[in-house]
Amino acid sequence: MSKHGTKGPRERGIELLSVTMAIVLWQLVADLVVNNKFILPSFTDVLFAFIRIIEGGILFTDLAISLLHFGIGILSALLIGIPIGVAMGWFKIVNRALDPLIEIIRPIPPLAWIPFAIVWFGLTHTSAGFVVFVGAVFPVIINTFDGFKSVPKVYVEAAKVLGCMSSGSLIRYVALPSALPSIASGIRISMGVGWMCLVAAEMFGVSTNGLGYKIWWHYYLHQMDFVLVYMLILGFLGLFIDRLFRWYVDGQLLKWRAGVVV
Amino acid sequence: MGEVKVSGISVAFEKEEGESTLALDNVDLEIKDKEFVCFIGPSGCGKTTLLRTIAGLEMPDKGQITLDGGDITIPDSTRGMVFQEYSLFPWRTVIQNITFGPQMKGISKNKTLEVAEKYLKLVGLEQFRNSYPYELSGGMRQRVAIARALANEPKVLLMDEPFGALDAQTRNTLQKELLQVWAKYQITIVFVTHSVDEAVFLADKIVVMSARPGRIKKVINVDLPRPRERTSSEANELRNQLLKMLAEERRN
Repeated sequence: MSKHGTKGPRERGIELLSVTMAIVLWQLVADLVVNNKFILPSFTDVLFAFIRIIEGGILFTDLAISLLHFGIGILSALLIGIPIGVAMGWFKIVNRALDPLIEIIRPIPPLAWIPFAIVWFGLTHTSAGFVVFVGAVFPVIINTFDGFKSVPKVYVEAAKVLGCMSSGSLIRYVALPSALPSIASGIRISMGVGWMCLVAAEMFGVSTNGLGYKIWWHYYLHQMDFVLVYMLILGFLGLFIDRLFRWYVDGQLLKWRAGVVV
Repeated sequence: MGEVKVSGISVAFEKEEGESTLALDNVDLEIKDKEFVCFIGPSGCGKTTLLRTIAGLEMPDKGQITLDGGDITIPDSTRGMVFQEYSLFPWRTVIQNITFGPQMKGISKNKTLEVAEKYLKLVGLEQFRNSYPYELSGGMRQRVAIARALANEPKVLLMDEPFGALDAQTRNTLQKELLQVWAKYQITIVFVTHSVDEAVFLADKIVVMSARPGRIKKVINVDLPRPRERTSSEANELRNQLLKMLAEERRN
């Protein structure tokens, strides 16, 4: 890249060429080498499958259901994770009390919670959201905590001599904005992890729609071209959500920082 | 009014495992209303600690500090402070930084803005009203920090080597501007510096401190007429006297 963010036409050309080459290679390998739609569907197979999905009109429902699961998980991770991180970062005693618990629970893989998700929430959207939540909540807690730990002392002191005295005001007016870059990158990580948990969360039958569920469904029908379409949709949607978030955070929330890299 | 009385202050800092260093040892000092006082001394002499104790950011282990007769125990808006490091809130624009103090006091938004605009004008940065701190030079940041402290209309302005990180020319300009502000608003200023030149140019009273544990070595009243000539023979004489005292301190 020439300068950060800006790409010349030459570099754009290289990127386009690379993607095109990959697609051509994929098509050739699938048609001439593998020649088995079950093991490796070709690019055109996937394209036709995609068109059929669009024609069927079911894609929109799948998207909406998946975003519902994802939204439940991420929102609850933020609503629970940020206050916990704030309390741990600001009050030493809360940190001492919660840190061991978090360190014990955190290494449990989110998917290991699926049985309890079913027992507690049944086969519901909330249940899938819960699995996403388990994956997403820890990066939020840890980054919020880190952000609060590294609030420069001089900002807190400057605020105090300007008459901002209570913990509540100091958190609201000083620590939270100062920690925002760290919290934002925590949210970004948690959205990545949450997105990965989504497929598994939809595989245990919480709903008959959803991108993750459809991967499983088409696998049972041995329609691997459809499986691949849903895989690619998951990938592109994840990328899109990440870009959208970065655009909002860098351009709106954190424009006070010079040369932001979230 | 802005009369500060420091009586018998001692401040100790805990090091590891029960050990502690005495930063200030039994310090007495009187600062009159509207006076410009400079603290000078070798590094580690406790001049910043004394200033921070007046701000209420450090608690004395012994002794008492009063402002116009009232005890100082915690920071509040009667004493404004300008820090050595850049302390502007980077997530707030220039004008939002200046409104911070009044906003905390619960003053209405319109009134807050009115006050802030006044002090923004005072430091001559109207065209940077909506800039973020990262867009400003060091000198501008400290100007905004001064405006931010003044917007709270404190009785005493505490300054901890505020121009220490600036280049010599910017420093001279800011010293002159500070004297104008002081003359205009008639507040007490307590100014920590390690620069003899700065102290001689600014102060009514120079408090020379000795190192570890911090004590007051000597209080010198400066009666050079204002506006002062940096290179006059009287200023030079005073500078020599101070330099000698500081050199003595370093030897000890």
